[in-house]
Amino acid sequence: MIQNLNFNKYYKLFNIISVVLVILSIISILFKGLNYGVDFKGGTLIELRINDNQTTISNLRSAFNNMNLGDVAIKNFGNDNDYLIKFVKKDRDKNLIQNIKKDLQSSIGPVFEFRRVESVGPKVSAELLNKGLIAIAASLGAMLFYIWIRFEWQFSLGAIIALFHDVILTIGIFSLFNIEINLSIVAALLTIVGYSMNDTVVIFDRVRENLKKHISIKIFELTNISINETLSRTIITSATTLLALLSIFIFGGEILKGFSLAMILGVIFGTYSSIYIANPTLVYLKVSYKTVVKEDK
Amino acid sequence: MLKFSKINILITTLLSIIVIFFTISNFTEFEDEFVNKKINLGLDLQGGSYLLLKIDNDPVIVKELQNKAISLKNVLKENNISVLNIRVTDDKKILLSINKKDADKLNQLFNDKNGIVNPYFDQFKSFQFEIANQEGNFEIFFSKYGLVQLKTSSLDQAIEIVRRRVDEVGTNEPNILKRGNDRILVELPGLDDPMRIKNLLGKTANLSFRFVTQTNEETFGAEELEFEDGSEVVNVSKRIIVSGENLIDAQPRMDNQTNETVVTFDFDRVGAKRFGRATTKGVGKRLAIVLDGKVISAPVIQEAIVAGSGQISGDFTFQSATDLALLLRSGALPAPLEIIEERTVGPGLGQDSIKSGLSALLIGFILVITFMLIKYRVFGIIANATLILNLFFLVGILTLFEATLTLPGIAGIILTVGMAVDANVLIFERIKEEIKNEKNQIIAFDAGYNKSRNAVLDANITTLIAAIILFFLGSGPIKGFAVTLGIGIFTTLFSVYFIARLFTSIYVIRNKNKEQLI
Repeated sequence: MIQNLNFNKYYKLFNIISVVLVILSIISILFKGLNYGVDFKGGTLIELRINDNQTTISNLRSAFNNMNLGDVAIKNFGNDNDYLIKFVKKDRDKNLIQNIKKDLQSSIGPVFEFRRVESVGPKVSAELLNKGLIAIAASLGAMLFYIWIRFEWQFSLGAIIALFHDVILTIGIFSLFNIEINLSIVAALLTIVGYSMNDTVVIFDRVRENLKKHISIKIFELTNISINETLSRTIITSATTLLALLSIFIFGGEILKGFSLAMILGVIFGTYSSIYIANPTLVYLKVSYKTVVKEDK
Repeated sequence: MLKFSKINILITTLLSIIVIFFTISNFTEFEDEFVNKKINLGLDLQGGSYLLLKIDNDPVIVKELQNKAISLKNVLKENNISVLNIRVTDDKKILLSINKKDADKLNQLFNDKNGIVNPYFDQFKSFQFEIANQEGNFEIFFSKYGLVQLKTSSLDQAIEIVRRRVDEVGTNEPNILKRGNDRILVELPGLDDPMRIKNLLGKTANLSFRFVTQTNEETFGAEELEFEDGSEVVNVSKRIIVSGENLIDAQPRMDNQTNETVVTFDFDRVGAKRFGRATTKGVGKRLAIVLDGKVISAPVIQEAIVAGSGQISGDFTFQSATDLALLLRSGALPAPLEIIEERTVGPGLGQDSIKSGLSALLIGFILVITFMLIKYRVFGIIANATLILNLFFLVGILTLFEATLTLPGIAGIILTVGMAVDANVLIFERIKEEIKNEKNQIIAFDAGYNKSRNAVLDANITTLIAAIILFFLGSGPIKGFAVTLGIGIFTTLFSVYFIARLFTSIYVIRNKNKEQLI
C-alpha cells in the first residue's frame, strides 16, 4: 500500500504552476477566444459521407466554394470518407439544404450521403449559449450552496477555488487547441463540476474527521495525512472513471469525442486540484481544530 | 450495518427481479400493454428530424388592429364621438384623433370592465388594450396580457394546423409540442429528409377567390398580384368572394379532358352560395385563385358554378397538386412559421451511434470490472456483481418510465459504470483502515460502512446536483445524459447499500475467522 507520500512538500510549487496555468488559460480564452460550434454560433453543419474513392477533400472544397455560402469550413470527421462541413449563411432560405444537395449532385455526382444536418438560427444559438452559461453558473452556485451548508467557510472556499481551477483549465485547453465548444461540452463541464466537488469533498470529510481526532497536529501535516489516507480511493476512482471515459473517447464514435475529452481533462484536473488546490487553501486559511468544533456546537 | 432483516432481503430480491425483467423486455414482445415497455430511442440514435418553428405574430397583430379600428369606428359613432382620423401605424398601434371634449367618454369606454370595447381578462387582471392620450390624439395598443392572449390563441390554432399537415403526410409517430408562447417543436422520428414537411409547414396556405379588376392601376380596392410562376401580373380586387375557410375538401385529380393534374375542391353551404352568386353575376370575368399573395391561376368564368365545387388547374405535377390539396384541406395557419432550428440525423448515423455507444459501454464495463477484480479479488467480485445489478436497475428503470435514450445518455451510463464503483471503493478502503485497529472482522466491517457513509453521500450528492441542473437547462440529447447520470446515482446508492452490503455481510459472516478478508 502506498502510504505517507509528502504531498505537502510541493504545495507551493504546484500552486505557482496552477496560477500560471489559470492565467494562461484566461489569456487564451480572452484573446484567442473559443471555437463555438453551430449550437452557439448559429449556422449550418452537414456531416457528409462519400461513397467512392475518387472524391477528395479538394473536390468538396471547390464544390462548396461555388455555392456562394460564405466561409465554408470542411474537414475530415473520424475517417477518410466522412466530412464535416460548417458555414454561417446570413440570409436564411428554407430550401438551402435541398439546393446544396442538388448542387453537390451535379458537381461530384450522386456519391454522397448526408448523415447529419444541423441548422441553428441566430436567435436560437444566442439562447442556447445563454442557457449554457446559466447552467454552468447555476451548477457552480448550487455547489457553493451545498458546500456552504455542509462545511465551514474555509473548506467552501478551498473547494470553490479548486472548482474554478478545473473548469477554467478545461476551457483553456479547448481554447488553446481550438476544439469545438458545443452543447455536449457544457454537459461535460457540469459533470466536471460535480466530479471535482465529489473528489474534494471526500478528502475534506477526512480532514474534518482528523481535525477532531488529532488535535495537536498542525493543518499542514494533517492535510497530508488525510490525502494519504484517502489516496487509494482517489486513485482507484479516478482510474475506473478514466477507463470508462477512455472507452467512450476511443470507441464511442466521433460525436462523443469532444465530450469525453473534456471529461478526461476534468477528471485529471479534478483529482489534481483536490490535492494541490483545495488542501493548501486550508493551510493558508490556518484551519484548526477550533474551526470545526466551534461550528459543530 | 451488516444485519439484514428477511423482509429487506425479500424486497431487494423482488426489485432486482422486476428490473431484470424490464431490462429483458426491451428485447422481446409481450401481449400485455403494461409489461410490454421499451426504452425510446432518441432522434440521434434512431434517426429523424427535429424542427423548431417560430410563429411570426406581427401580421396577426396588424390584422387584429385593423379589425379593431373598423369596429371602433362604429362603436364611437354609436356613442356620438366623432372620429377625426383613425389609422393603424407601423409600430402596431391604432392612432385615433377625436374632439378634445370627447376624451373623457373615450377613456370611460376603454376602462369599462364589463364593456365590449376593451375586453377585461379576469385571470390576468388586465384589459386587452391600453390607451395613451397624447394631446387629443390617442394611441391604442395591445396590453402585455392582450398580447399574451393573442399569441396563445394563435399558437393553439397553428399547432392544430401543423398537426393536421404532419399527420396527413403520414410520418411515423410524430411528436408536436408547444415551446414558450410562440414556438412549436416538431419531432419526426425516422424521417431523414424533412424537405417535404418543411415545405408544407413553410406555407401559410391563405386561399382566396377574387375577381380580376378591369383597370390596370392599383387602387384602394385592388392590388397588383403576381402569378406564382411569374408569368403575369394582374390587378386583383381586395374583396374576397370565398376564402379557404369555406373549403371542406380538396383532392388532387387527373382532368380527363385536358390530361392535366388539377386540384378539385368542395365548398361548405355558405361558400357554395357565395361562389354561386358571384359566378352567376360575373360570367365573362376572370376569377383569380390567390394563395399566400400569389395568383395560382385566373380562369375566365364560362358559366355560373352553383354546385359548390370546382377545380384549380395551374401546371401542377402530381406531387405539387397533392401538397396543395393537403394544404387546403388542413386549413390556413394564423401566421407564417419560420424554421429557427433544424437537426436531422440519418438512419445510417443513428445505427452507427448505437453500435459505437454500445461497444464503448461494453469495453468500458470490461475494463472497469477487470480493474476491480485485480484490485480487490473477492470483494472485486462483490463490487462487480453489484455493478451488473446496478446496470439492470438503471436500464430497468429507464424502461419502466419509457425514457428516451440518446447518445449522450449512453455516455451517461458508461460514466455511471466508472463512477459507481466509487461508493464501494470508499467503503472497502475504509474497512481496510478499520481492520488495522480492530481484530473483530464483523465490527471492522460495520465501522467501515458507518464511517464512510458521509463521504459516499457527499460524493454522490454533488454529482446529482450537476445532473439535476443539466436536466432542467439542457435540451434534447443532453437531457438524456442528465437522466441516465441522475438515475444512475440512485441505482448506485441502492445497489451499494442493499445489494453489495448483503453480499458483503454474507461473505464476512461465513468467513469471520479467516485472516485478512479484504
